[in-house]
Amino acid sequence: MNAFTWLLAATILAAGPALAATPKDTVVMAKQIDFLITMDPGESFEAAGSEVIGNIYERLIAYDLKDVSKLKGELAESWSVGADGKTYTFKMKKGIKFHLGNPVTAQDAAYSLQRAVALNKSPGFILTQFGFTKENMKERIRATDDQTLVIETAEAVAPTFFYYCLTASVASIVDQKTVQSHEKDGDYGNEWLKANSAGSGPFKLVSWKANESYTLERWDGYWGAKALPRRVVVRHVPEPATQRLLLEKGDIDYARDLTKDQLDAVRGNASIRVQQAPKGSILYLGLNQKNPNLAKPEVREALKWLVDYAGIEENIVRGRYVVHQAFLPRGFLGALEDKPYRFDLEKGKALLAKAGLPNGFALTMDVRNTSPTTDIAQTIQASWAKAGVKVELIPGDGKQVVTKYRARNHDVYIGQWGPDYQDPHTNAETFAMNVDNTDNAKSKTLAWRNSWDIPEMTKQTQAALRERDAKKREAMYQAIQREHQRSSPFVILFQEIEVAAYTKDVEGLILGPSYDNNLYATIRK
Amino acid sequence: MTGAPAPTPQPGARPTSLPARALWPAARIAGTVALTFLGLLLVTFLIGRVVPIDPVLAAVGDRAPAAVYERVKHELGLHLPLWQQFWVYLRKVLVGDFGRSVLTSNPVLVDIRRVFPATLELATVATLIGVTLGIPMGVIAAVRHGRLADQVVRVVSLLGYSVPVFWLGLMGLLLFYARLGWVAGPGRLDVAFDDLVPTWSGVILLDSALAGEWEVFWNALRHVILPASILGYFSLAYLARMTRSFMLAELRQEYVTTARIKGLAERRVVWRHAFGNVLVPLITVVALAYANLLEGSVLTETVFAWPGLGSYITSSLLSADMNAVLGGTIVVGTIFIGLNLLSDLIYGLVDPRAR
Repeated sequence: MNAFTWLLAATILAAGPALAATPKDTVVMAKQIDFLITMDPGESFEAAGSEVIGNIYERLIAYDLKDVSKLKGELAESWSVGADGKTYTFKMKKGIKFHLGNPVTAQDAAYSLQRAVALNKSPGFILTQFGFTKENMKERIRATDDQTLVIETAEAVAPTFFYYCLTASVASIVDQKTVQSHEKDGDYGNEWLKANSAGSGPFKLVSWKANESYTLERWDGYWGAKALPRRVVVRHVPEPATQRLLLEKGDIDYARDLTKDQLDAVRGNASIRVQQAPKGSILYLGLNQKNPNLAKPEVREALKWLVDYAGIEENIVRGRYVVHQAFLPRGFLGALEDKPYRFDLEKGKALLAKAGLPNGFALTMDVRNTSPTTDIAQTIQASWAKAGVKVELIPGDGKQVVTKYRARNHDVYIGQWGPDYQDPHTNAETFAMNVDNTDNAKSKTLAWRNSWDIPEMTKQTQAALRERDAKKREAMYQAIQREHQRSSPFVILFQEIEVAAYTKDVEGLILGPSYDNNLYATIRK
Repeated sequence: MTGAPAPTPQPGARPTSLPARALWPAARIAGTVALTFLGLLLVTFLIGRVVPIDPVLAAVGDRAPAAVYERVKHELGLHLPLWQQFWVYLRKVLVGDFGRSVLTSNPVLVDIRRVFPATLELATVATLIGVTLGIPMGVIAAVRHGRLADQVVRVVSLLGYSVPVFWLGLMGLLLFYARLGWVAGPGRLDVAFDDLVPTWSGVILLDSALAGEWEVFWNALRHVILPASILGYFSLAYLARMTRSFMLAELRQEYVTTARIKGLAERRVVWRHAFGNVLVPLITVVALAYANLLEGSVLTETVFAWPGLGSYITSSLLSADMNAVLGGTIVVGTIFIGLNLLSDLIYGLVDPRAR
């Protein structure tokens, strides 16, 4: 035998059975974090980043995780809106400190919001839609003393709309002194904050290696209930099957991306538990109205009757998605829970005949080559074929498919849309507004992407945004969704459920309605 | 991974006068290297531009408003004509500026410095396994041509060619990690060992040995052994097959018959005479197999959550993150060229005719 074989044999003998345990004060998670590209709250705009930011930073106000309709103060003690509907005043809590010991003041809050406006990265619009610009921000977002923050919006809108935008991670409050000390070429410390933290939340960031792992450490000076775990390590494990093996072996405490098959398998394992929480993402089909067949109202309705919603849920996505047929996800103000559509071949055929297409027609569907999208697309292909609608599936990488979708070159697009903040306008704006349907329009909402010209519904959606009475506003969104459900070129299929599987040694991860309220502080081990 | 075409070493015509013998190869090599790199960059650049992915979209995300989109497009220089974009890039590369990755927002060189050692570690251990097992297997198969040992080696190599690495990786994990517990799981280290050893080379086995942290060393070894064995199996299959056919050709030569007639021990005939002569082509084969592994094996890296070059280049390409892709390509190109040069040099050492 050669030296290497000896070494191999020695290793195996010396090692014996693997010691399967994670350190007692450290929570270890396996998660897909390849889309995590920045930890700067002014820049981050995807799920993995929101989750980290939610554990490191705090905002002025937050919503109750059990009842999203209730707001509570986080760094702000109280808040009010003036009679003009445009001037908001926030009183800050006293005695709260940032990780480095600086006190949290109204100046920090003003700086943080101005910073997000000035950076104007991907999530910047959540704030700039209220009329803030780099030029006017100092005047419209200002601290009048250490405890008082005054914000003036350009127009009077529903106050809850403004408040819920302030609960988004882009409105996180950063430590002005620390961030400014790392500023380079007027970048508001963006370069530094990408991979460092300057917040006031229960954790601080100790390391982040892109596509590899990030580690958070408990901050003992936190003003609220201190985090239970001392460290949380999140490792990038791209393959769900690998996550499952790690979990079963006890090398991790949480597996965050198990798919239906793995969930079914671990359900039989007594030492593994599963928790679920509905998330805001909606899985839908977009029918491009540039295609003359899809532009016929009967065809749009027929295709909605020709999808086997219940069958797909049961066989492909159980545990990860539930059937949902309105553009506002459950948990949002005014979300419609009606599910008028189910698979009905006869009805579908009759509608196609009425549209002058009794033998169906041919079209293409752009599908990103990821599970479960591909499987869902194939099932829809099969059920549409029963009515003569022949679909050619065009697989592609996610970014490739979206590029085509944004250029309006598709027939049918299957994809997902998640809300940007916890107010109904976020989805209403994209699904039910299209101000300008020309190719060079400035605002390219999902309605625009499907060339759906809707001047009337656009007006209704704008009116709902301005309605200051919450009850009336709720009724307006419900009416819009009903009409949308009936006539829109969107076949809304499912709402996403987030799942975490965990060993019996841990519990207490909070999976909130939005990714920035997936909280680690309460994990007990 | 494996699958490189069988190399046929061609020494080519070499000038014989003394000064030319020193200068000519150097000039030839420098010219070849420069041209190869230029071609490599141009082709990769063009591929990156014809991929139907909008790089701006990849950078700003699907929701970004039009103004942000336009600003980033300018920042990335994508409003310029294609040849200008290439020229701008080339000029920067010449002064060592490979730009920043859109995805990680680090300078590309920093990223590669981080991901490459992981691949280097995996590929080196895999190649060691492949060479120490594959070459003897090939020799034995050739000596026992047509007999049982030969059949076994052939079946083993055939499997190495035909079993998907993804499947083999998961099955390996299921058996050796989950069921038997002989090896550690995915990733490069257990969480408890993370960041214990100062990073010097980034190759954990080396860093921990240098720091004298043997517990970390053993942990790293237990993590690398399974993915390396799986990759090693593929290079073993390739090396065994190549060795077998080189040896078969050599054993048919008359000098082998002569040696046998002279009464030399069979061991000496096989290993000293015949094997000594197949060493030269084998070095090229090993170098190419090693270079293939150094590109990074996307599937193995995915199954084993191994943060290496393969997944870096792939995810960058799928996000149209061209700086990262081009930077990665240059690294891979350098490796190929470097290893080819190296095997040329080693020729000289083992084969007097090539000096």
